[in-house]
Formats: sequence, structure tokens, C-alpha cells
Amino acid sequence: MNTKTSFNTTSCCSSSSEYDCLPSCCSSSSEYSIEVSNLCVEFDDVLALDEVSFKIPKGVLTGVVGPNGGGKSTLFNALVGLQPVARGTIFINGNSPQEALGDISYVPQKEKVNWRFPLSVTDVVSLGKLKHQPFYKIFNFSKDKEIEDALKKVGMWDNRSELMRNLSGGQRQRAFIARALVQKANILLLDEAFSGVDIPSQVGVLDVLKELRDEGKTILIATHDLNTLSDRFDELLCLNRHICAHGNPETVFTKEVLIELYGSHEHMFADHKIGQHGLS
Amino acid sequence: MIYDLLIEPFQYAFMVKALIACVLIGVVCPLFGAHVINREMGFMSDALAHAVLPGMVAAYTVGINPFFGAVPMGIIVALLIGYIVRKSNISNDTSIGILFSGLFALGITAISMLEPQNSSLNIESILLGQITSVSMNDLYVYSALTISTLVIMAFFHKHLVFIGFDFDGAKVAGLHSGKLDYLLLVLLSIVIVVTLQIVGVILVVGLLITPAASASLLVNHFSKVIVLGILFGVIASISGLYISYHFNLPSGPAIALISTSIFSLTFLKKLKSN
Repeated sequence: MNTKTSFNTTSCCSSSSEYDCLPSCCSSSSEYSIEVSNLCVEFDDVLALDEVSFKIPKGVLTGVVGPNGGGKSTLFNALVGLQPVARGTIFINGNSPQEALGDISYVPQKEKVNWRFPLSVTDVVSLGKLKHQPFYKIFNFSKDKEIEDALKKVGMWDNRSELMRNLSGGQRQRAFIARALVQKANILLLDEAFSGVDIPSQVGVLDVLKELRDEGKTILIATHDLNTLSDRFDELLCLNRHICAHGNPETVFTKEVLIELYGSHEHMFADHKIGQHGLS
Repeated sequence: MIYDLLIEPFQYAFMVKALIACVLIGVVCPLFGAHVINREMGFMSDALAHAVLPGMVAAYTVGINPFFGAVPMGIIVALLIGYIVRKSNISNDTSIGILFSGLFALGITAISMLEPQNSSLNIESILLGQITSVSMNDLYVYSALTISTLVIMAFFHKHLVFIGFDFDGAKVAGLHSGKLDYLLLVLLSIVIVVTLQIVGVILVVGLLITPAASASLLVNHFSKVIVLGILFGVIASISGLYISYHFNLPSGPAIALISTSIFSLTFLKKLKSN
């Protein structure tokens, strides 16, 4: 497992020479699920991601932490090909994001989902099968063993007929994870999955994710909330427009990293100790 | 008595054709309406119905079925709305409103100028529909279009649900979300153009959204909203046709009034159950 802590405080995106920061290697090895090199994303004049480089091995549960506006969602959008990049390279299982569509299942922030749609849990999970489903099976909605297995795995079988919009935050996340399972995606991206979810539900969702991690899925969860369960991830990727640190949760939060992540508010997290979050 | 009420109107060929047209739009409108109400596209749909008017007038003027002017116009307007939003900083509904009024005004002005030379152009029939003057050729066109859109919707039902519910998630899952969005807009434009020729420009949106909205008050599941919406749509259009025949009223408004009455009843039921 990658436990190094790296710092990157200089910007190359605004460098005068385009070639200063080109990745040294332009091919990818498939031992990594995600390989990002020198990624820069710009919105008009704002540099949203600056020279972001990291590698995520297969079967690792990674927390992507950073302040609001730190580029977590932008990074996720770039990984799935929704966000054009100014420069840099991204490999998903050795392929470009466009070639890898379908390998990733994306759980967007709750604000991006149209909850008005009256869909049941089973409906939403069955949508994950669309890409693999032959046309003649298009009307086959619910009686499907894969959907049943996925729902049971995430503990939502008893809630399968409930409307998504009536579920709690944690239950919604579980349903989306089940959708990822039937999609046969081997990488899961959860954007602000724990926003508005109570701590016991977060633990429950994490337990499901850890089980999937043990089966070889690579999982990234973005969260702006440092206080929640940081130590329960295998790795933490600290992001504030650039990678402040990447490594073991036990060692990654040094004072320098906290200052880079949260600026003058670092005193708020000065006493943050792994494991001291009120849960055993 | 029953014969007089139910059977007698259909001794006239124009009423049989009107009935078939009513059933067609009664089925197809709520199917699209379920998407429209859940994606908050009601204003957009109303705007499309009005903004296709210049296209219809152009088709009338060159002597082809107005459908062939209106559908391309509807697609252009739908794309133009998105283009204006992307290229300026104005909101979606402002962009819709500007094109809605501007193009409708252009259409009305063109009709006023051309009406004296072209007897088939008539503001009242465009605004309120001309269900009782549907020709056999019109009926063939409407039937072909309605059945085609129904078949396409059946095949892409789940795809369109996916993009309506979770646009980005669908894209990441490998669906062509953008193209599917355009597909829905194109099909919606076709349905709107067929419907507006039957019930008129002003009442299209009533038939599109009201039956589906009524159904959504009674049932809690997208597929059930579609099925019940279609039932309400067919009931409203057929009973509206009867009322317009027996009371000598314009058929478009009669259909819209029945549709709104069904909504009122479902709303009262919802209030009572709350």
C-alpha cells in the first residue's frame, strides 16, 4: 500500500513552458485502478486543479478529503470524463476515462439527483443493468437474481419497494452502491456520500464498502468533513486544488498538511487525533 | 338515449376521425407528460408549442403538411434555448420566455399578413385546434408518428428514466446522456406538434401535463403514473369530444376542461387523504 506523504506546492499549470511538467511516463500499468499525472483543470481564470498526480492501487478504499471548493468534485468529474482537463493524463484501469465508461459507477452529490422522479429502490438498482442488458430484455424490470443479490448485499432488500426520495441519506447511498454492483463497475466514486448522513449510518455504509473493497473493488469517497471516520479508510488523499498529502490516515495529518488544507482554520483541527471521533 | 349520447355522433365520418385522433393524443401525451412533470419541463413544452408557429406558417405557405415545418422548428427552438443559456448568463426560463414570445409573435404576424391570400391559415383554428376537420391524410400522419414515438419510448424508457433521475450517473454508466436528452426533445417536439393541431397551441400543455400530474397525486411509482395518466388522458379526450359535440362547444377547450376537472378531483382526494 502506498504510504508515502508527498507535497506539491509549486504550480506548473501556469508555467511558461508546456513541457516543464509533462508526465515522465505516458503509458500505464494495470496494477493501478486509477493513475493521474500532472492533471490541471481550469474554470475561466480559476485553477481548480493544479498539477495533481497520484496512483490508486486496485482494491483500496480511499478517502478524498479537503475543504469545500478544494476540487474534490472536479477531480471526480475529470476521472469519469465529465470534466474537460487543461492538461495531464488520466488512466482508468489502463484506459482513458472515455474508454473506461462503465468501469466506474458514480454516486453524485445528492443535489445533482432529481429526487422528484418517483422511482423505487429496485427501479434505481435495475438501471445499473442497462448497459449490459440486451434490448429484448428491456421490459424485464424487477425479477432479477443479480438485482436481488445486490440489494441483499447492501442490506436494502426489505426496502426494495420504497421510493428513493423517501429514504434516509444512508439508505440512498446503499441503493446507489447496489446499482454500482449490478453495473459490474470495479471502481466506485462517491461524491460527498456522507453529507447529511448520521454517524451510525456512515459506519454502516463504510462496512458495506469495506466488504466490496475486500472483493477487489476500488473505492473513492470525497468528503469535506475531516471529523468523520478518516481512520477507517485505507488511504487518504488530501486535496486543496493540489495534492497536499497522500498516504496512510495514521500519519498523513501533519500540521503542515492541515495548514495547506484548511488554511487559517487549522486550529479547528489541531486536536484531531485518529480514532477520537466518539466511536469505538 | 344511450344511442343518442354515445353512438349517434359517430355516424359522421369526421367524428370517427376525431375520435381516433383523440385516442392517439390521449395515449401519447401523458406518456411524455410523466417525464415533463418530473423534469420540470412544463414551461419548456408550452414554449415549444407556441414557438413552432412560424414553422407551421411556412409549411402552410408552401403547401405542405404543417407538421414538416413545425417539427424542425421545434427542434431548432429546443436547441436554441440551450445555446442561449450556454452563451449568455441568462437563466433557462428567461431564455425560454424570450423565444416563446418572440417566435409566437412572429407566427401570429405572419398569419395576419398571409391570411387573406391563404384560406387554410386561420388564427382561431391554430389557437384552438381543428379536431373536427382532421383529414384522412392527417390521420395517417398522426397515427404513424404517434405509433413511432410510442415504440421508441418503449425501447428507451429506462434510458430516459436514468438520465432524468441521475444525468451524470447515467453518463458514467456508459449511456449517451446528451444524445438521449436530445432524443426526448425531438420526440416531445413531434408529440407537441401533433397535439397542437388537434387541441390548439394554447391547450397543448394542458393535455401534456395535467393527466400525468393528476395520476402522480394518486399513485407513487413512475410506471403507474404513466399508466394512470394515459387512462386519464384517454377519458378526458374522448369525453371532451362528446361534450363538444352535444353542446356545440369547441373540442380543444372541452378536452382541457375535463382534464382539469380530473385534476381537481384527484387534488381533493389527495387533500382528504392527507
